[in-house]
Amino acid sequence: MLQLRVARTRRIALIGLAGALAVSMSACAESKRDDNAAGGDKTGGTMVFGATGNPKMFDPIFNDEGETFRITRQIYDTLLQNKPGTADVVGSLAEKWEPSNDGKTWTFSLKKGVKFSDDTAFDAKAVCFNFDRWFNMKGAAAQSQMIYYGDVFEGFAKNEGDATGAPVYKSCEAKDDSTAVINLNKAKGAFPAAFTLPSFSISSPTALQKYNADTVTQSGDSFSYSDYANKFPTGTGPFKFEAWDQAKGEVSIVKSTGGTDTAKLDKLIFKVIPDENARKQALKSGDIDGYDYPSPADYALLRNDGAQVLIRPSFNILYLGINQANNPALKDVRVRQALAYGINREQFVKSKLAEGSEVATEFVPKAIAGYNDQVPQFPYDPEKAKQLLAAAGASNLTLNFYYPTEVTRPYMPNPADTFTAISEDLKKIGIKVEAIAKPWNGGYKDDVQKAGKQDVHLLGWTGDYNDAGNFVGTFFGRSKAEFGFDNPALFSAIAAADAAAVGDAHTKAYEEVNKQIMDYMPAVPIAYPTPALVVGAKIKGVVASPLTDERFNTVTKG
Amino acid sequence: MLRFIVRRLLQAIPTLLILSILVFAWLRALPGGPAGAMLGDKATPEKIANLNHILGLDQPIYLQYIKFLGRVLTGDFGNSLISTQPVVQEVLDFLPATIELSFAALFIAVGLGIPLGYLAARFRGGIIDNLTIVVTLVGVAVPVFFLGYLLQNNLAEPLGLPSQGRLTTGLDATDITGFAILDGILTQEWDAVWDAIRHLILPAITLATIPLAVITRITRASVLDVMNEDFIRTAQSKGLAEQTIRGRHVLRNALLPVATTIGLQTGLLLGGAVLTERVFTFRGLGFLLAEGIERKDYPRLQALILLGALVYVLVNMLVDVSYGLIDPRVRVR
Repeated sequence: MLQLRVARTRRIALIGLAGALAVSMSACAESKRDDNAAGGDKTGGTMVFGATGNPKMFDPIFNDEGETFRITRQIYDTLLQNKPGTADVVGSLAEKWEPSNDGKTWTFSLKKGVKFSDDTAFDAKAVCFNFDRWFNMKGAAAQSQMIYYGDVFEGFAKNEGDATGAPVYKSCEAKDDSTAVINLNKAKGAFPAAFTLPSFSISSPTALQKYNADTVTQSGDSFSYSDYANKFPTGTGPFKFEAWDQAKGEVSIVKSTGGTDTAKLDKLIFKVIPDENARKQALKSGDIDGYDYPSPADYALLRNDGAQVLIRPSFNILYLGINQANNPALKDVRVRQALAYGINREQFVKSKLAEGSEVATEFVPKAIAGYNDQVPQFPYDPEKAKQLLAAAGASNLTLNFYYPTEVTRPYMPNPADTFTAISEDLKKIGIKVEAIAKPWNGGYKDDVQKAGKQDVHLLGWTGDYNDAGNFVGTFFGRSKAEFGFDNPALFSAIAAADAAAVGDAHTKAYEEVNKQIMDYMPAVPIAYPTPALVVGAKIKGVVASPLTDERFNTVTKG
Repeated sequence: MLRFIVRRLLQAIPTLLILSILVFAWLRALPGGPAGAMLGDKATPEKIANLNHILGLDQPIYLQYIKFLGRVLTGDFGNSLISTQPVVQEVLDFLPATIELSFAALFIAVGLGIPLGYLAARFRGGIIDNLTIVVTLVGVAVPVFFLGYLLQNNLAEPLGLPSQGRLTTGLDATDITGFAILDGILTQEWDAVWDAIRHLILPAITLATIPLAVITRITRASVLDVMNEDFIRTAQSKGLAEQTIRGRHVLRNALLPVATTIGLQTGLLLGGAVLTERVFTFRGLGFLLAEGIERKDYPRLQALILLGALVYVLVNMLVDVSYGLIDPRVRVR
């Protein structure tokens, strides 16, 4: 650790003494700083990126949120990764990969000569160590924080707490140093794309053991994590962890050698600036070199100031949810179709969303295998909407319309604006709208997803990996309070598509599922928004990723 | 005196207990909850229920409270949901920033407020007086966050001042006590001292505005009151020099209510610090609190509110004790 910090607990006790000694010491104290090093950091080789929030800690398996992954993806590698700028799956730690015909066995040919940042060798045994570690994780606290592992692998060697799923993972064999074979209990459509998830990054087995990485303990209403997670995360990425200064809100990582990729920058600092205006001003003044999720309203201003606004290809969906259980009129498919015909999505996308955004015609973005351009279309047609409502006997329909406040999401930059635009369209086709606004973390999600109090609502999704099941399986794979319908045929079709794990069959099955969904219209797809990130004029080499999966090893600052 | 202090400390116990119950109940009455905040946007109701079970948040609230109290009595406020670090450690890490900012704001408010108030009273009805009245009215009326954004967007760049943070990112300043300026002085890193002062300017001005306005108005009113007192007329009739009367008799006597106001404003600074620190990403206790509220960080909020209350109780006790020391007419019983 380059930055030696005095334990903060002792600080307050030191303050009085330090204050009293300040004057006398100032006369004789010598600077403890290496001035040459300070100059080097300032003048080049360091990029400062403005983060919107704190990282949680740096053991990827216990993480599920973007601000942490933004850092860990620079430190670690996964077996597979997304090709820069796309959602296509390409090799990373694995050069080649091959599923068996039944999709239950995945053989990975690993890169040779790769080392972890603690100078230990990366090989097939390290891969198996990681997969076995996840599968055998003990303790309800630890298991509850392995969000993506639970989603993808469904269960543990011994489920604890309320975890009940049967494990998908069976075993891992290190055939030789560069061949790892992962055996599954059942085929799953999420693979191979799910192997790109940052949660499944490969850590150094030596560091995991040395710093007790599996120790997750409950501390009051929260959990505490090991030294591995907080101080010694160790991977094969282009950067290695240097320091996490909580008081400054800065995480610094430095160039590493021996990993899969070589970084061009000497150092990367992630500085937490939660306020968007402060991030914007910090970029303008040169305090930071880039930040994520600029407001679309600022794009022109940022460009005028010389910054580069990099638009990510869309990997999001914004939809108008429909809850059939809460309003009997919504059980009639004609009413649901009327909503689709009645919303001027083209106009909404043009006037309210960022450049590059598109009207959504189904519930998966175009980049996903399984996207079907032959699904039924519902272009803006208010007259047809009125006719459908009349035919269904719902001409005087009243809908309570939930929308969130105190939040912006990548798929919904301005919920209030979105609500206003859509509710105005609904009023034009004769629907009376009762607006119900609730804070995102103050009741909205509970009311919509748990209690199902709404007739219609706004929500969306940002994809985790390139699989249609990650979108439509999440929304419509089972009965949910959010949508209030029971459609066994649709549930079975999605399950079958997920099980059709290998080759074209998987893609074709989801193409059919997407058509089936649009026939049934359980919700109205609104838009595929395109979030952006912004970097200063001197920064080159950032490739905007649809999955926000930007790796900064290619970045230069000149 | 000792008995008085012990009695006041004992009186503080029920106050803190009641407050702890209120804070605990208030946080749990809020919709949402920490499990949802911990698991993120994509958490299913089932996962949230599972985590609530593991954390014991599905137990009766009185049981949760008893467990919480047991931990607090041993000094364990738990770990922050946001940073996963011990909350007490966070408070100690972030406290120096708030103290630094509050002192800077107070320095501006007192340093400008007393002379301005005095001058306004001295030239009552004149341009300075009228200008002071208008400016202080605006100072009290403008919301802190609005003023913060105003300064950040319009002054930072033209004046070359930093718009966020406590030190320039990447500046290799030695960290000893957590007080950036003090550390710079101790280590003779004068560029770090200057950098820390530059980072303080805009947030300190923002935070100082309301106390500055209040102190100015109180000083003005107090000086005017004293100037009408009999003893001033007596001094004037004795033929004392006007400068001596103003300096020795008017200002000194006028400052007593001003000193009380300064004490009150110091407490209120912490409230203003929440918004100021948030706007300028000045990572102090206010920043910590704002982030905790946004992310429903129960452990952090509980700790900050209770520790804040404890400090408030202790400060009040010190003020009461000091009354007895300053003014012999006040007897501590």
